[in-house]
Amino acid sequence: MDRRESLKNILLGTIAGATVAGAATSCESPAEVKEQETQLSKEYYGRTPEEIKHDKKVMEEIFLVEHELATIAVLCDIILPATATAGSATDAGVPEFIEFIVKDIPNHQLPIRGGLMWLDGESNLRFNKLFKAATPEEQLQIVDDIAYPDPDNKKPEMAYGIKFFNLMRNLTMTGYYTTRMGFDDLGYKGNVPNVWNGVPADVLAEHDVDYEPEWIAKCVDIAKAGTKAEWDDKGNLIT
Amino acid sequence: MQIIENSTEYDAIIVGSGAGGGMAAHMLGNAGLKVAVVEAGPYFDPKDEETRTQLKWPWESPRRGASTNRAFGDFDMSWGDWKVEGEPYTHEEGTKFMWWRARMLGGRTNHWGRISLRFGPTDFKHKDVDGLGENWPISYDDIKPYYDKLDKLVGVFGSNEGLPNDPDGFFLPPPKPRLHELYYIKAARKAGVRVIPSRLSILTKKLNDDRGVCFYCSQCGRSCTQYADFSASSVFVIPAKNSGRIDLFTNCMVKSVTTNSEGRATGVSYINKTDRREYQLKGRTVVLGASACSSARILMNSKSTQHPNGLGNSSDVVGRYLHDSTGGGRAAFVPQLMNRKTYNEDGVGGMHVYSPWWLDNKKLDFPRGYHIEIWGGMGMPSYGFGFNHTDFNKYIGGEIGGYGDKLREDAKRFYGAVIGLSGRGEAIARYDNRCTIDPNVVDQWGIPVLKFDYKWSDYERYQARHMQKTFEEIFDAMGAHVLGDTPGKDQDYGLLAPGQIIHEVGTTRMGDNPKTSVTNKYSQLHDCDNVFVVDAGVFTSQADKNCTWTIMALSMRTSEYIIDQMKKQNI
Repeated sequence: MDRRESLKNILLGTIAGATVAGAATSCESPAEVKEQETQLSKEYYGRTPEEIKHDKKVMEEIFLVEHELATIAVLCDIILPATATAGSATDAGVPEFIEFIVKDIPNHQLPIRGGLMWLDGESNLRFNKLFKAATPEEQLQIVDDIAYPDPDNKKPEMAYGIKFFNLMRNLTMTGYYTTRMGFDDLGYKGNVPNVWNGVPADVLAEHDVDYEPEWIAKCVDIAKAGTKAEWDDKGNLIT
Repeated sequence: MQIIENSTEYDAIIVGSGAGGGMAAHMLGNAGLKVAVVEAGPYFDPKDEETRTQLKWPWESPRRGASTNRAFGDFDMSWGDWKVEGEPYTHEEGTKFMWWRARMLGGRTNHWGRISLRFGPTDFKHKDVDGLGENWPISYDDIKPYYDKLDKLVGVFGSNEGLPNDPDGFFLPPPKPRLHELYYIKAARKAGVRVIPSRLSILTKKLNDDRGVCFYCSQCGRSCTQYADFSASSVFVIPAKNSGRIDLFTNCMVKSVTTNSEGRATGVSYINKTDRREYQLKGRTVVLGASACSSARILMNSKSTQHPNGLGNSSDVVGRYLHDSTGGGRAAFVPQLMNRKTYNEDGVGGMHVYSPWWLDNKKLDFPRGYHIEIWGGMGMPSYGFGFNHTDFNKYIGGEIGGYGDKLREDAKRFYGAVIGLSGRGEAIARYDNRCTIDPNVVDQWGIPVLKFDYKWSDYERYQARHMQKTFEEIFDAMGAHVLGDTPGKDQDYGLLAPGQIIHEVGTTRMGDNPKTSVTNKYSQLHDCDNVFVVDAGVFTSQADKNCTWTIMALSMRTSEYIIDQMKKQNI
């Protein structure tokens, strides 16, 4: 079982005790581990050998435990629930991303862990149960108190929660909008071979800016981009 | 452990394979000389599928491109950054300098911004204007023929504007501005700042049969599999190696230049990083292109009876006059760019327009200029996207914070509505700003490391203050909301740390006087006529331009000189 698979199980709550340090990888035979390594080096995204080693090490570490991840999953889906056209944060794998990133950027560890404890503490205080066990209405009651800044410090006891929720929102936004699902929701169209030939006319018409003929005259003529460049002695392009 | 000697005697041993070393490899290899290129990092080819990052998606990186492993993010094509594992550098107490090293074939040219600006006539003789620093021993007219050849050989897009200190050239056509750049053009002009098409070494039009044409993915920083941008690896070193014109030694870190009893160079000594043993190569000439600070380090580590202060350092000038470009930046939120219709806005890798220095320093409280670079648009989201995104609501009376559908709406509403400006300017080269050999520290290869001692002066601070004022004027003219507070005196007016712009130059500066300079006007050591420097170390002064185009033009000129001097049996 690989780390990603076991993480999915943790989130689904199907295996108990998988969060004991080392347990997530203990069922891998050496041969399986080796195969995984090969996969990483061949299909991984252009990493150096040192980076592959580093990433494997980070992936095998365990920081967030089952209860924390389950609570994160609930929070993520409050932050970005599914819509008619787009999946939710957990559909996009945001908890898995957060599980990795707090190990990769350890500065996040204390704020996330402490923030989750604060949230459970607040939930216990109000409802005598952990946040993840509270009803959706109860969960939102707390979230509504921490999802907005409080510049005038009207509810100082919520300051810790506000800070934590802001971090959760940041990581959820990044985790979501750096996936295919997020790209589609955002309408991002790039990262494919393209021909840039100026701002579309309908877009330009909506803005108070325009192309000047003198400027455009200097620019690429796409039709001639494949013709070899030649210049006269003065540096004027003649092809 | 015995040093292993290679019996081949090379005409030229080139140290480093970046802009300067790559050009020298191209020139000297083509001239039929027997050439060795020694590179401290591993082999790299932008075409290599195993290391490719171009057109990869953020989700292929478990950290979504965050900068944990690579300072400019997971997809940036630089192996090594301000930190190289096992190869530290140190600082004089209370000073700061950030030293970028790319350990790979082609060096930093695999990921650089491709901004390719000729220095202008004033840049070579700036002391005549303001009495500061030192004039170069050459003029624009000396280097112009090489810039011309370089434009045609390597390719650079731009436009002939007839500006006095931003010379015209042989340009490929520039790409059309994008929407945020049209906003910039309009606003900058209102603020009295000139804007022209940018000048980048990216092939917007076919240059030759060996390289592809740009397909507008905006990822030159990831290195181009089509060779449509300039990297010394793809354009110079790999073709030279494949045609047998050079011998290439990768993962070999040069420690010192070896000399004989007459004090002339006999070759180099290097550590093979794979077997961790020391080797020697013999050569008739040594051409250092290891980067300004690395070449200075090699020279200072090449001590002998004849050169007790290090090779080429009888003047004690090696390592001195180190200077990086100044840098400052600011970003703003542009309400008119909210709720954008999305389309593929990827262009070339970098800006399509820029502002060369437009003012006269005689009327200002700082001596040298800066140019303005611009960024913005609907770029590919990566780690950090959406952080504090809802804060923009404060500029439009919306609600900050929140979750759910409101948050999704915010994500779309504000996507592509930020424009950023970066100033890159000229610092004054100063005798006291330097790198030296640390007397106590070696790297993992047993080579004594560099110690930096660098401080900005008020010349640079006041320039940075002016940058901020200009940025705010431009953003005001745009109707934009400038983000963050104006950086004050306590923050050096936003001036970035030295080394952070990665344009370090000047450590082996050229000059006519051997007492105050390291090389002559052909980049030949005053103290040792068969050693040359072809990186930015020879710059007498930086300009308000990026240094790469001048590194390559000078390397081309020096290579021609080496070939000529060899023919005449002078070296």
